[in-house]
Amino acid sequence: MELSSTHISAYKRLVGFFAVFVALTAAVAVLGVVLGMLGSFIANGGTTLSWQFLTEFPRNSNTEGGIWPALAGTTFLVLLMTILGVPVGTATAVYLTEFAKQDSWFARSVRFAVNTLAGVPSIVFGLFGVGFFIQFMGDGIDSWLGTSSFGDGSLLWSSATLAVLTLPVVIVSVEEALRAVPRDLREASLALGATRWQTITKVVIPNAVTGILTGSILAVGRGAGEVAAILFVGVTYSSEVLPSNVTEKFMHLGYHLFVLSTQSPDVDKTLPLQYATTLVLLGLTFLLNLSAILIRSRLRKR
Amino acid sequence: MAKDFPVKIEAHGFNFHYATKQALFDITLTIPERRVTAFIGPSGCGKSTFLRSMNRMNDLIDGTYVNGHLMIDGVDVYSKDVDVVTLRRRVGMVFQKSIPFPKSIYENITYGLTLNEKVSKSALDEIVETSLRKSALWDEVKDRLHHSAQGLSGGQQQRLCIARAVAINPEILLMDEPCSALDPISTGKVEELINELKDTYTIVLVTHNMQQAGRVSDYTGFFLLGSLIEFDRTRTLFTSPSQKETEDYITGRFG
Repeated sequence: MELSSTHISAYKRLVGFFAVFVALTAAVAVLGVVLGMLGSFIANGGTTLSWQFLTEFPRNSNTEGGIWPALAGTTFLVLLMTILGVPVGTATAVYLTEFAKQDSWFARSVRFAVNTLAGVPSIVFGLFGVGFFIQFMGDGIDSWLGTSSFGDGSLLWSSATLAVLTLPVVIVSVEEALRAVPRDLREASLALGATRWQTITKVVIPNAVTGILTGSILAVGRGAGEVAAILFVGVTYSSEVLPSNVTEKFMHLGYHLFVLSTQSPDVDKTLPLQYATTLVLLGLTFLLNLSAILIRSRLRKR
Repeated sequence: MAKDFPVKIEAHGFNFHYATKQALFDITLTIPERRVTAFIGPSGCGKSTFLRSMNRMNDLIDGTYVNGHLMIDGVDVYSKDVDVVTLRRRVGMVFQKSIPFPKSIYENITYGLTLNEKVSKSALDEIVETSLRKSALWDEVKDRLHHSAQGLSGGQQQRLCIARAVAINPEILLMDEPCSALDPISTGKVEELINELKDTYTIVLVTHNMQQAGRVSDYTGFFLLGSLIEFDRTRTLFTSPSQKETEDYITGRFG
């Protein structure tokens, strides 16, 4: 048997080498972009980042001071978003995996809607938030209750808008988690005389809880960095106080960054602040994604 | 056929259809009470489908439908006024790959009991013990009832699943290849258990293993391509089958 490779032409070898070279270059380039970005943010903003920076209000038209209201606002926003979005997303996923006939037109329409939702540009969600949440629901509630606090952009409507935006993430990951629960477990439960609903609450969801958590965290990560969707529904560029209830406006890290870099009276002076804010925003999303990955790997191990 | 014991389960011209193909054709047989009845046959012959029709486990699959009759104590299990949950409490099931719930041993057994009613702690304790004794597991696990059931060995897990099914006190126990994932020693234990349980329960067993059918069952049915070819006392079926197909199968000429 001829085992030497002399019969492979030099040309073919060259093509092979070239392909590997191109692939490697691309990989290195991606790594380089990420590291370069991180490096520049750390180099330019690292020194500004401090405990004071995190816990102080901005001063002097956002050209000095810290980012505390933006950090707090972002936290409130994603918390409320999670409370509003995750239950709805989980319920939808439960319906799709546990109740719907898989090829019924209704289930297919819901899936189609979820996939479409995932591809809608986020600014469109912002407009939807204005039209649906503020003008329809907010004004509706106001005229019903005789108040005037709901018909304007607020923490509540921003959270609701983001909840809609992150629904696809929640639905898809919860569906995946529910499907990962072995069929044998469901059957065992049903065979013991449990109803479908008992099986879902006592066996399926407890076994999928890690996946549901992962989905929520991914959604939070997606929502935390989102700016376009909340532009018109309640974010504000400057605030002296933290919002005291959900109908007030709030500051947001991503929007704050936009304000610092474009709306400031002295953009050059705010550069270190911008870099440091970016670091905080990146750190926040990175932490959220990391925890999602850790939870997921624990789930895989089980 | 099985005339010497009271009839527990009876099929009459029973047909089962999946969405796109028919899986069972015109099944007619009677299964006696408190005996072990085994179904054998090559993969895909419909024996599991038939078993899973008895507690309507197949309802979970979209697009299935049946016609003909499948009766337990004279009541058609597919008739409109049968409540599936009640049916499944009377017809317990043990699966091929019975993973216990990721809960404690104790909770696994009480799962079915506490679904619809409040049961006192002392009553639960008692049922847990009797169920585990019935499934010959008590001595092995009595000191770690509140440990996770997933720490048990494969054979112990399967016996736990039998205990779990027995705990709700069914009349019929369906076993779908209960030993196919077990080593010979665990298989021996489960078979011994089947022998003891048949004093209390009507047992219907699906198995790939003809020797097992021969060892534990009183009656055996041979399925082929969705039809029941032959149904008889186990000894008769294995020693002097009346059908050519049965003979070919048990002598290993095909399948």
